[in-house]
Amino acid sequence: MRVLSERSVSPGDKPIITLEGVTKRFPGVVANDAVNLEIRPSEVHVLLGENGAGKSTLIGMLSGLQQPDEGRILIDGEVRAITSPRNALALGIGTVFQHTMLVPTLTVAENLLLGAPWWQRPRKESLRTEVEALSKSLGMQVDLDAVASDLSLGEQQFVEIMRALLRNSRMVILDESTSMLTPSGIEELGALMRRLVERGLAIVFITHKLREAAAFGDRISVLKLGRKVGEITPERFQALHEDDLVTEIVDMMFGKRSDDPENGKRAGTTIAEDAKTVLAVDGVNLPATQTSPGLHNISFDVREGELLGIAGIDGNGQKQLAEVLAGQISGASGKIVLDGRNVESLSVGGRRDAGLRYLTDDRLGEGTVGTFPVSMNFLLKEVGKPPLWNKGFEKTSDIEKHAERLIAEYDVRTPRGHTPVGRLSGGNIQKVVLARELAEGARLVIFNKPTYGLDLANTLAIRQRILDIAAEGKGVLLISTDLEELLGLCDRIAVMAEGKLVGMVNNGENARTEIGRLMIGLEE
Amino acid sequence: MSAHTATTNAATDIDASHAKQARKAFLKRIAMTLGPILIALVIAGLLLLAFGINPLTYYSYVIDRGLFSPSGVQQTLTRMAPLLFIAAGLIVAFRAGIWNLGADGQFLLGAVTAAAAAPYLADFLPVWLAVVLAFLLATLIAVAWSLVPALLRAYQGINEIITTLMMTFLGTSFANVMVKLVFLDPSTTVPQTRTLPVTDRLPRLFDTTITSGLVFALVAIIAVHLMMTRTAFGLKLRIVGANPRAAVHSGLGVPLLTVAVFAISAGLCGMGGAIDILGVQGNVRANWNPAYALMVVPMVFLARFNGFASIAFVLLLSVMQIGGESAARRLGVPNVFTLLLVSIVLIVLAIAEYIDHRHNNSVKA
Repeated sequence: MRVLSERSVSPGDKPIITLEGVTKRFPGVVANDAVNLEIRPSEVHVLLGENGAGKSTLIGMLSGLQQPDEGRILIDGEVRAITSPRNALALGIGTVFQHTMLVPTLTVAENLLLGAPWWQRPRKESLRTEVEALSKSLGMQVDLDAVASDLSLGEQQFVEIMRALLRNSRMVILDESTSMLTPSGIEELGALMRRLVERGLAIVFITHKLREAAAFGDRISVLKLGRKVGEITPERFQALHEDDLVTEIVDMMFGKRSDDPENGKRAGTTIAEDAKTVLAVDGVNLPATQTSPGLHNISFDVREGELLGIAGIDGNGQKQLAEVLAGQISGASGKIVLDGRNVESLSVGGRRDAGLRYLTDDRLGEGTVGTFPVSMNFLLKEVGKPPLWNKGFEKTSDIEKHAERLIAEYDVRTPRGHTPVGRLSGGNIQKVVLARELAEGARLVIFNKPTYGLDLANTLAIRQRILDIAAEGKGVLLISTDLEELLGLCDRIAVMAEGKLVGMVNNGENARTEIGRLMIGLEE
Repeated sequence: MSAHTATTNAATDIDASHAKQARKAFLKRIAMTLGPILIALVIAGLLLLAFGINPLTYYSYVIDRGLFSPSGVQQTLTRMAPLLFIAAGLIVAFRAGIWNLGADGQFLLGAVTAAAAAPYLADFLPVWLAVVLAFLLATLIAVAWSLVPALLRAYQGINEIITTLMMTFLGTSFANVMVKLVFLDPSTTVPQTRTLPVTDRLPRLFDTTITSGLVFALVAIIAVHLMMTRTAFGLKLRIVGANPRAAVHSGLGVPLLTVAVFAISAGLCGMGGAIDILGVQGNVRANWNPAYALMVVPMVFLARFNGFASIAFVLLLSVMQIGGESAARRLGVPNVFTLLLVSIVLIVLAIAEYIDHRHNNSVKA
């Protein structure tokens, strides 16, 4: 599948865009952390990384939707700000987003003419000749009079690329363009990209699929948790065989690096053979939806004091698994047994009372109410329960005291208890959630990406907490996309792909490679 | 010991600086509310000038008639009763993130139910019991009317803004039809319901013409305010309003709470209709639709869903309405000018919010 044409690599080409130490933060998350990147003409530059690696933010900054907090952007060697999408277009940067941005009710021609100054008459005739010339050289046909919604997704994408070219873009960003395409559509897109770079264009191709990166790229930059963890130059690219290339990339994505946060290995804990089973999951199924692969016959168990990890590339059903266990989504079948008691018919609150706790990965989206004070967010799942409520009326001073106690105990850095939780940093929000979930009676704690987007100090603090919980004899289910984290903390690691558990690995010497290969589906 | 005192001092300093910040925020809020109102008064004044009316004359006349003349202030306070009930109903819904814009329909159905039931029940029951039963029945009918949008919203996720608005059109027409066809008073030629005699209506306060409904209304809105801010139930509703996904995650029964919110909100609006009939109007004439709710919505927004602030804004609205009605007769300024004034206040407020938001963002950046 790899396109081995003569790549016109001329090292003398000056980069169109250079990113230097670009950092972008969002409330609670560092989306890009000191990223350096060079986009050169006549090159397909692949940005490879999992969901949440910071690809979209990077695109946002290149296309003028977002501004970096730190670092600088050089265009043709000069420091410039890309202030808006319009400005990006003027600088020759065209973007084709994941979801097509054509107006479905307008014809192709009308879509291509959008965005011209409003006082000018649409120049339909000159458009026709321009498009014909372009189509001929790119070897693809497009019907200008077709209504956009009648086109296939691949054709729509071609129209968008065409639109970028008609506006004299020197650089085209393709954001997850293959995610909606059929296999043959992907092939065509690959061939098209090749022809575009032959014309001297720069292509930035964003994907989380390794094979595509290897097949279509000239240069690959790998992003991981907001940082750029590696780059494969065109020279290296050509020197390597495809399989070696894949291995090298897997290493970058999942391998250990010197600047990864170090964490204390579990201090020689062994789980006693006769340790009681805290959680037993048996044959859990969930129908697939448009956005998730569902769950297929998931079975595992967690014993007292055990840390079971769930590895896998994001979006393979991990979140659904956590939500089914917590009771947040309905429609699942199968058995969930907590401490010998079936809980699958219990409500979210009932399961919490039984000792099952779920720390969501979406701290601000569902884990907390951002506008509510910290003190209330500690109690979000205990509203109305005595002793802090008396016959349904809140005891304000007791609630404040309760908050003060937890703030001190969990070292939450907040001005005070009635500060809205949304104003805190991600690490401190996570501590608030942690304090809430570890309250009285926890038996099994599900962590979903607990350190995602946190800084080093908080990451280490949270990981220590997770180890402490297991040491207390509770069961822990740790869902993470950070392999390092799983290898550092867990006793056993299950790997999820496409909503199935594809393997269970005992943490040990070869665990890293084994899991890495299971994750990208190299072993089945 | 001295170290201890030092830390206490530091703590009080922090407290003091927080108190200062809180005060600053409070003053800013007042300025952000009153500023737009003053600007709107100026703009509306310019409009009056364009019509050849001295705005100062108009404004002073409105305030004089609405607030400072004995009969005016009594009318103003009487008018507040139904408005406050509607405000209470809207606060519950809006704080829970549910945009019940069907209050007018719920109000009118409550009114018609009360007007039809009270005289009928009074025929064979003690008057006080008839009035109480009519009030409860009116509440019940209004609650029932809200069930359709409530169930659609709770179980199908259908936008309640559209459904409640549609239901309000249906509700007002339905109320009308009932007056004209079913509850028609045979003894009059005008299509209207039977009239509750003045002596049977809710008592007036002391020696004034102010209805005792005002007391019930004040109790209702304060109770609602305390419910929303102090109780576990109110907190649950606010969680649903502020972040529905967090509500699901926390194990709250969101659909059931949603239905409850609709029921309470519509019930309070229906009570507003009942209180207006049982206390003041005595009957409902066909085609009567004061459309109070659409006037109260902006007031509740200006008050940021705070019950006490809502009382102040409802008073303001009431003064503008009563004074405006007099001014219409006396100065020839049409009645709708009050509405115009309210809408100008809202537009100015929105612009002020926008500028404030932009300013905050630029400070942060």
